[in-house]
Amino acid sequence: MGKIELTKVRKSFGDVHVIPGIDLQINDGEFVVFVGPSGCGKSTLLRLIAGLEDTSSGTIEIDGKDATNLPPAKRGLAMVFQSYALYPHMTVRKNIAFPLKMAGMEQAEQDKRVERAAKVLNLANYLDRRPGQLSGGQRQRVAIGRAIVREPAAFLFDEPLSNLDAALRVGMRQEISELHQSLKTTMIYVTHDQVEAMTMADKIVVLNAGNIEQVGAPLELYNNPRNLFVAGFIGSPKMNFIEGAEAAKHNAHTIGVRPEHITVGQGPWEGVVGLSEHLGSDSFLKVAVDGIGTLTVRAPGEVNAHHGDRIKLAPGGKIHRFDANGLAI
Amino acid sequence: MSTQSSRFAARMMVAPSVALLLIWMIVPLAMTLYYSFRLYRLISPDRTGWVGFNNYLWFVNSPDFWLALFNTLALVGGVLIITVVLGMLIALLIDQPVKGQGVLRILVIAPFFVMPPVAASIWENLFMHPQNGLFAAVARSFGAQPILFLENYPMLSVIGIVSWEWLPFATLILLTALQSLSSEQLEAAEMDGASALSRFRYIILPHATRAITVVILIQTIFLLGIFGEIFTTTQGGPGSASTTLPYMIFKQAIAAKDIGRAAAGGIIAVILANIVAYFLMRSIGKHLDA
Ligand SMILES: Nc1ncnc2c1ncn2[C@@H]1O[C@H](COP(=O)(O)OP(=O)(O)OP(=O)(O)O)[C@@H](O)[C@H]1O
Ligand SMILES: [Mg+2]
Repeated sequence: MGKIELTKVRKSFGDVHVIPGIDLQINDGEFVVFVGPSGCGKSTLLRLIAGLEDTSSGTIEIDGKDATNLPPAKRGLAMVFQSYALYPHMTVRKNIAFPLKMAGMEQAEQDKRVERAAKVLNLANYLDRRPGQLSGGQRQRVAIGRAIVREPAAFLFDEPLSNLDAALRVGMRQEISELHQSLKTTMIYVTHDQVEAMTMADKIVVLNAGNIEQVGAPLELYNNPRNLFVAGFIGSPKMNFIEGAEAAKHNAHTIGVRPEHITVGQGPWEGVVGLSEHLGSDSFLKVAVDGIGTLTVRAPGEVNAHHGDRIKLAPGGKIHRFDANGLAI
Repeated sequence: MSTQSSRFAARMMVAPSVALLLIWMIVPLAMTLYYSFRLYRLISPDRTGWVGFNNYLWFVNSPDFWLALFNTLALVGGVLIITVVLGMLIALLIDQPVKGQGVLRILVIAPFFVMPPVAASIWENLFMHPQNGLFAAVARSFGAQPILFLENYPMLSVIGIVSWEWLPFATLILLTALQSLSSEQLEAAEMDGASALSRFRYIILPHATRAITVVILIQTIFLLGIFGEIFTTTQGGPGSASTTLPYMIFKQAIAAKDIGRAAAGGIIAVILANIVAYFLMRSIGKHLDA
């Protein structure tokens, strides 16, 4: 069981109101991802849930029980830190067994659980090494192993993959997703990586300056962003925003068109290609469109457009409309 | 720094200083060794000659020797235990975020800057003095007889004074060790359900072992030669109750003006220091390797 409910949770450090007030419900078994720009309070929110920081006001309930003032150990949650926070003087085996030992579990049961976790995480050959003798990915797995042996109500991850190289990150991302499939335990995952958020989450929570901008399934946020911030934050490259006369044609203050929804070739818009990046699978173009401004275009495959060319563009897909307050219409 | 040529270059470059250090060490040691086998009394300088092991035999057979040996080890051991345990407690305390942390730390470190004879005098006259001392005043205010520290508990008093002097050193080294511990490790342990005591036992203490080793090794070197504090306070007395090996050597060299016997004592002290060093390195030296 791992249902977590935050009600009017606030957090200030002195005069700095890092989290002005958050209501959030996380259901049992859900994979929830917190995303947002750097410094928006993702880690702080996670640490509040973990109990590593005290709330300034508001309540945190775990499985229907008030946990606001419970110490971290009593909340039944496990956390994986960005720096892994392994115990350097203990072997991998002892690291993984540490929470069990602290819980006073029998040695035989400890060994059994450690072996099982090591098998799941491909660590069986490294059990007698120290963290210093492991690669980044292996350390990450030890940290996850230490979390899963306790069979917690929920896992908390704070940017667990940000220290890994790109290839390893893809692998670990899938491993964590698979782990979630098999354990079916609630997971809360902090990241600022778009792809991680979109691929792993059941539910994404978009944070901005300590406020929740929108909560929803990945595609829901992609297709129906509630405001300009979410529209700009979800999706890569960023959505194009157009104001002025062009927006007025659509009865909006601002309209948003995703780069992948603009087609090259024919259309009402015309402009000069600035930067063009050809990745093979996609082409990214920056086009200075007459009367509108610079738009980013993402065209599939190879497009024969280079710096200085004049091309025509057409908005396709969905045109997002926003009012003067930045809210979606 | 591990290719053949770089290792060779490194050796060549440190060679001169190693040679100089060797001479620096060997010459006094050799001279001490030489005199320890000679009859050489400043009172009767013309009577000289080889005496074999007589100086050593006199030293070992003198009634004070075993007491002095015991006192030396008690001083080293006692001060080490007190400074490491108290130093760790104080370091844990002043590592907490409190107001006036900077001033607090300077206060804690201050005793280290007081010279040994001054420190000993302060303790002797301001704290332990049976008439004017603070402890006597406290005892009297409770209606008790003032304790005659230097007369009745001379060795314990010396251990107390020396501990006070070395406590800041231990605290400082241990504090830096605590500060280098990542807070995430402690937080992880907290989430893993470790109590404050378990966190100390399983996270903080292992992290600090290297610092503790450094404290023990460095302090042992200095504590084996403690002299000024004894000279200022008890003069090795009453009787020989607080005579240590260095103090006994001093009595032979300066009071009895017998250089030969003092040199023999010096060599015995060197042997003792090496035995202590051997056991220390065997038991805790492994913590110094990364
Ligand atoms: N102990 C603290 N004292 C004062 N301010 C703090 C403290 N911890 C965090 N903050 C502030 O709170 C804000 C949110 O920090 P937080 O670490 O939660 O950001 P984040 O969203 O995790 O950012 P990042 O993506 O860079 O990790 C920041 O502005 C930070 O400066
Ligand atoms: Mg963070």
